[in-house]
Amino acid sequence: MSDTNLPSGPNVTLKLDRDGIIKRAFMAVIALYLIVALALPLYAMLSKSFVTYSFDLDRYEFQVSDDAGTFGPAQSAAAINEQLAVFSDGQLRTSSDGRLSATALFPDFSFRSSLKYRMRGTEEDAPYLVGLDLQNTTEWQEYDSNTFRRINLRPVKSVGVQNYFEYFSNPAMFSSIQNSVFIALVSTVLTVGAAFGFAYALNRSVMRFKGFFKLVAMMPILVPSLLPGIALIYLFGNQGMLKSVLMGHSIYGPIGIVIGSVFFTFPHAMLIISTALSIADQRQYEAAESLRASRWRTFWTVTIPGARYGLISAAFVTFTLVITDFGLPKVIGGQYNVLAIDIYKQVIGQQNFEMGAVVSVILLIPAVLAFIVDRQVQKKQVSLLSARSVPYQPKVNKQFDMLCLLWCGAMAMFIVGLILVCQYAALVQFWPYDLSLSLKNYDFNRTDGGGWAAYTNSIKLALMTAVFGTVIVFTGAYMVEKIDGLKAGRGVFQFLAMLPMAVPGMVLGLAYIFFFNDPANPLNAIYGTMTILVVSTVTHFYTVGHLTALTALKQIDGEFEPVASSLRQPFYRLFVRVTVPVCLPAILDISIYLFVNAMTTVSAVVFLYSTHTALASVAVLNMDDAGDIAPAAAMGMMIFYTNAGARLLHMLASRRILRKTQSWRGR
Amino acid sequence: MTKTSILCMTVAASALFANAALAETELTVYTSVEAEDLARYAETFNQDHPDIKINWVRDSTGVITAKLLAEKNNPQADVVWGLAATSLLVLKAEDMLAPYAPAGLDKLSANFKDSDTPPSWVGMDAWVAAICYNTVEGGKLGMTAPTSWMDLTKPEYAGHVVMPNPASSGTGFLDVSSWLQIFGEDKGWEYMDGLHANIAAYTHSGSKPCKMAAAGETVIGVSFAFRGAKSKAEGAPIDIIVPSEGVGWDMEATAIIAGTAEEEAAKTLLDWTITPKAMEMYNVGYAVVGIPGIAKPVEHFPEGITEAMIDNDFEWAANNRTKILEEWTKRYDTKSEPKG
Repeated sequence: MSDTNLPSGPNVTLKLDRDGIIKRAFMAVIALYLIVALALPLYAMLSKSFVTYSFDLDRYEFQVSDDAGTFGPAQSAAAINEQLAVFSDGQLRTSSDGRLSATALFPDFSFRSSLKYRMRGTEEDAPYLVGLDLQNTTEWQEYDSNTFRRINLRPVKSVGVQNYFEYFSNPAMFSSIQNSVFIALVSTVLTVGAAFGFAYALNRSVMRFKGFFKLVAMMPILVPSLLPGIALIYLFGNQGMLKSVLMGHSIYGPIGIVIGSVFFTFPHAMLIISTALSIADQRQYEAAESLRASRWRTFWTVTIPGARYGLISAAFVTFTLVITDFGLPKVIGGQYNVLAIDIYKQVIGQQNFEMGAVVSVILLIPAVLAFIVDRQVQKKQVSLLSARSVPYQPKVNKQFDMLCLLWCGAMAMFIVGLILVCQYAALVQFWPYDLSLSLKNYDFNRTDGGGWAAYTNSIKLALMTAVFGTVIVFTGAYMVEKIDGLKAGRGVFQFLAMLPMAVPGMVLGLAYIFFFNDPANPLNAIYGTMTILVVSTVTHFYTVGHLTALTALKQIDGEFEPVASSLRQPFYRLFVRVTVPVCLPAILDISIYLFVNAMTTVSAVVFLYSTHTALASVAVLNMDDAGDIAPAAAMGMMIFYTNAGARLLHMLASRRILRKTQSWRGR
Repeated sequence: MTKTSILCMTVAASALFANAALAETELTVYTSVEAEDLARYAETFNQDHPDIKINWVRDSTGVITAKLLAEKNNPQADVVWGLAATSLLVLKAEDMLAPYAPAGLDKLSANFKDSDTPPSWVGMDAWVAAICYNTVEGGKLGMTAPTSWMDLTKPEYAGHVVMPNPASSGTGFLDVSSWLQIFGEDKGWEYMDGLHANIAAYTHSGSKPCKMAAAGETVIGVSFAFRGAKSKAEGAPIDIIVPSEGVGWDMEATAIIAGTAEEEAAKTLLDWTITPKAMEMYNVGYAVVGIPGIAKPVEHFPEGITEAMIDNDFEWAANNRTKILEEWTKRYDTKSEPKG
């Protein structure tokens, strides 16, 4: 807009404007972060999944001599193929490593004959191999028949949906989808059931040891998801302590994956359901009682409907966690193929990046669906508590409390038991032939995986993720919540912040390879460094931190900003002096969440670490892969103790800080 | 905005891994040599060439190959020292290797170098397929030890054989390609059909089957001799069996990556990797090395394994890899239910 028509007057809102500019600049920086660290890599992966390879017979021309050495007319490979129908279109489709023997086009070919062959490319890019030497020329090349038999055509790149067709027509790959969905469904039902019982006991009974049970229930969060797999091998493997319990069934396969999945998803489901159950209105139960409803009836008509959103949410979270998990099926899946394993096999085993990208895209679908449904359900959630509600007070009921105690006791045994087995596994000299205890397995420098350096790297990564991640996440949430105007921008930002929840770690990791390893990318330099690990980890766990920060920020009255600006205080002063101190508990929560997850994550970083940035969690995977199960258990337990220590520190620190900064809450 | 922030991030990133400038030459060397051997290799090399510093990038064969291919247009490595020859052949077919004839090339066994002149890669040592057989668990089940590949298809071993998946393990591919060469294509697939009926699991790594046999998790592990010897030295009750039909093998090899900025240092390193001194260094773990007559017997290594090595056609294996893996996956990977 030009202001030449208006007389220029003093700009009275200069201060505010500059404030607005800074705010917007901040938001732009963090939005840019999300675009670079999330949107662009995912786009790069999507486009990779459409890169196809096929042999283009139009690009090659052949000439064959007669016995006297005079060459006949040149014929294109496509023309020969049309005449003889050697290759079908399907056979001409291949992967980046495909090879097509040229002699197949000459049915009379014999490597002993004295015939000579000439070939050339008819356009610039017509690659072929003589033995293993790559040729790419439009000049005629002459070969004797013994050399000609060593000629293989190489595929050329194009773009199309062919990879997807191939994927769905491959029964092995297609069965992975069924397996993944089956495992995820069974685990979800079991986990949600177990977690509901546990949460119900915590909230609706007056059993003893509630504090202890709460602590135990959170323990699985502190270990990598593949650790329960190792414990299960020691318990139920072919040399397992309790092998007979399985009655001849193998722990390697769906049984093992499901038990392990229940273990590592339990705390997530328990937390969500517990929150849902903790909000209940005493008056509804009193009403039910006065209507003479049986306890059973009350349970189904009052308790379950009250907790249904929590249950649905827990189910989706569990489903997504299981279907995207990679460590557990790798350790204990045996021959049971699942999607996450397929990605690894395609990329690491066969260097077929395109197919890896296709599987990633497919893995993205259930996760995104679960995420969308969950969002819809969340929107419908209405407040259960009104100002007049009376919090539910559980009454003593000896029989019921005993039952609760038994259930929680059983779950606690399950969780602590698996962790203890791991600790035992880590200490045994040579299972099962030498059961004496030693610290030999802690000598990580003797095994693959990166040694003790990997452990220090993990702590470095966890600290950096906690610090930088908290700053980025909290500032981002602040900009979304407290900025005025720019509604569309905030909407996009909010979407980007929620997206990581639906992106499996593996998919993110693979997307990072495609995006950051591209030499044309100016950010290429961070490939293989600690920076890319920090960026990927922060991005992978962005959403939960973002939601935590939003919840905390919503508690702060929106009047603070206008008051501050009317007092001519820049927003950052308000941010530092008021917002941050008030939200400190949430900030601490975000940082410990990021720390713990950075210590245990495998899926996002397994494609991204390099020798100098090997990580403890990946070391667990690699040691198990190489058959060094005991050192893998030892490293897993190191992660557990580190996280437990960090949690403890966090508890002490937040108690101190809360006493200092949150005294206003107590009024 | 975009530019400056990208610049900031790049600067921050490069600061993270920038080392202080050193007077010596540094070589980025990709490898899949066992972790515990790396420091010893670099140390021994530095005794002769203290002015060249080696920066190792180590991972399993599959990962390193994937990494090299992914970086094809922007190679980060100067030299590959200690990677499966079959992987180097894949790189050669992508035109990623710089041919170079290192000093002392003529001393190497003929099958330990690329057939082109100058060769694109030179071999160091061989790792050889073998069967790890747990005598304790085998005894409990009243089995007799197998002596040949064919034996593994006997019904008595049903559910007690573990082998690496050729689609994810170099050792697994080595086994499959050697069977196809030993038995011929049709008979080879027939053999694998029979073997498949006995397989308890296909693992993703080549050493795991032997470690599983060592821990009694399975009775028979199809793996490689070097791994078996190590487990045996640790006290595992296993026998390392060389099947009578002959065994497949692959070698660890060395090559210069085309386009390296440190060509002189890379050549110096390549020269050194095939010196007798280097061969003696490889011999600590590997019983078969590139220069004939140097290798001393390695403890627990089965006898007669050198003689049992088949005449491996690497070019055939490399050029048919995709086809073989496709066929293998179609035949055996569809099995979704694990065996009980």
